[in-house]
Amino acid sequence: MTSGLWELVLNGIWVTVQLLVLSGLVATAVAFGVGVARTHRLWIVRFLAGVYTEVFRGTSALIMIFWVFFVLPVAFGWQLVPLWAGTLALGLTYGAYGAEIVRGALNSVDPAQREGGIALSFTPWQRMRLILLPQAVPEMIPSFTNLLVELLKGTALVSVMGMGDLAFSANLVRLALQESTEIYTYVLLIYFVIAFLLTRGMRGLERKLKAGVGKPVGRTADQELHRPETTGVGAGGSFS
Amino acid sequence: MTWDWGAVADFMPSFWDGLLLTLQILALGSLISFALGLVWALLMRTPTRWVRWPVGAVTEFIRNTPLLVQLFFFFYVLPEWGLTWPALTTGICAIGLHYSTYTMQVYRAGIEAVPAGQWEAATALNLPVTRTWRVVILPQAIRRVVPALGNYVIAMLKDTPILMTITVMEMLGEARLFAQQNFQFTEPLTVIGVAFILIAYPASLLVRALERRLVS
Repeated sequence: MTSGLWELVLNGIWVTVQLLVLSGLVATAVAFGVGVARTHRLWIVRFLAGVYTEVFRGTSALIMIFWVFFVLPVAFGWQLVPLWAGTLALGLTYGAYGAEIVRGALNSVDPAQREGGIALSFTPWQRMRLILLPQAVPEMIPSFTNLLVELLKGTALVSVMGMGDLAFSANLVRLALQESTEIYTYVLLIYFVIAFLLTRGMRGLERKLKAGVGKPVGRTADQELHRPETTGVGAGGSFS
Repeated sequence: MTWDWGAVADFMPSFWDGLLLTLQILALGSLISFALGLVWALLMRTPTRWVRWPVGAVTEFIRNTPLLVQLFFFFYVLPEWGLTWPALTTGICAIGLHYSTYTMQVYRAGIEAVPAGQWEAATALNLPVTRTWRVVILPQAIRRVVPALGNYVIAMLKDTPILMTITVMEMLGEARLFAQQNFQFTEPLTVIGVAFILIAYPASLLVRALERRLVS
């Protein structure tokens, strides 16, 4: 491969990383917002949050991307810049999966902790902020790690819309070289390296957070079978 | 915002074609991933490190890289290696292979969840290894993993639109073709989105019910 083609690949990596970070932030915000709303005491709030989760988990990420790119401009008159359209579609979809993780982790906090907060006459917001979330967040980390890797893989979908991410530049390079094995092997390796770095970083974060609340790291076979579904496209939350 | 019911009616014939193909891909992809996942899981329990290490590395690699790129890899690289497969076959195999690395984890957890006493009893009864697996371990492990496998079938359903990119005319492929021919994007894309929810949501309720019955 010539240096010009490598430059194309480097640009692709940069777009992929930007997309990953931005949609990761949107997804985290949505996950906490919707996940906490699903434990709200008013049924209407729980119901609306549940509808959101089911709609965004029920459709495919790729269909959401098509919808944001083609239907949103026609229906509401918003034409988003490709990077933001991709961020929105991915962030909202993966945020719905994240909401299930947040809900599951909040439910897994010992009920006595919540009761303790009530006995001390904390407000609901104080209970959430000072008691429940600090204990639930470390439990979320392994599932969020999976979700982040799924999100990374999901970013490749925007290449279908012609956004110049890593998967898209791979296609351009393939057309230029007329030789597929080499470039696709490189690109798969690059994705794997990014995923590996993400996993390592998140494991460090988990260790730090769990040490903060005095818990061991790792999970049992039984937890593995019951963990919330976090594949990019999955459904059927079976946690709690 | 204008909604044209006429466009929905016009889209219906190609929608049914797409739905049918999506379900076929799902059925065959699930079969491949269930079978291959069990093979991976069993290979990962062999005593030789020289089997475990490559299997572990390859499946980890497949799980952590995008299905879309793997699909392109097979679609464009296989012909270079002298294998010309139809796009549909390539797509089904790629989905099956990708998800086998997930089902493998499910089987592994299921096998580990079989109580140690069952292994010890099999040893005490002097059962040979293959018979231990076939009669004692796998029946108990697979019972436990059915709901988790169901989750991955739903996940796979929602990955089938990716096959559109290699010219397979499943639901999204049909919707895109219709949209481009008629310049109506809202109706076909919304129809297939709703179709996905209508299939995925009841399916996930079913999986949850199965889980309650089988696991607890």
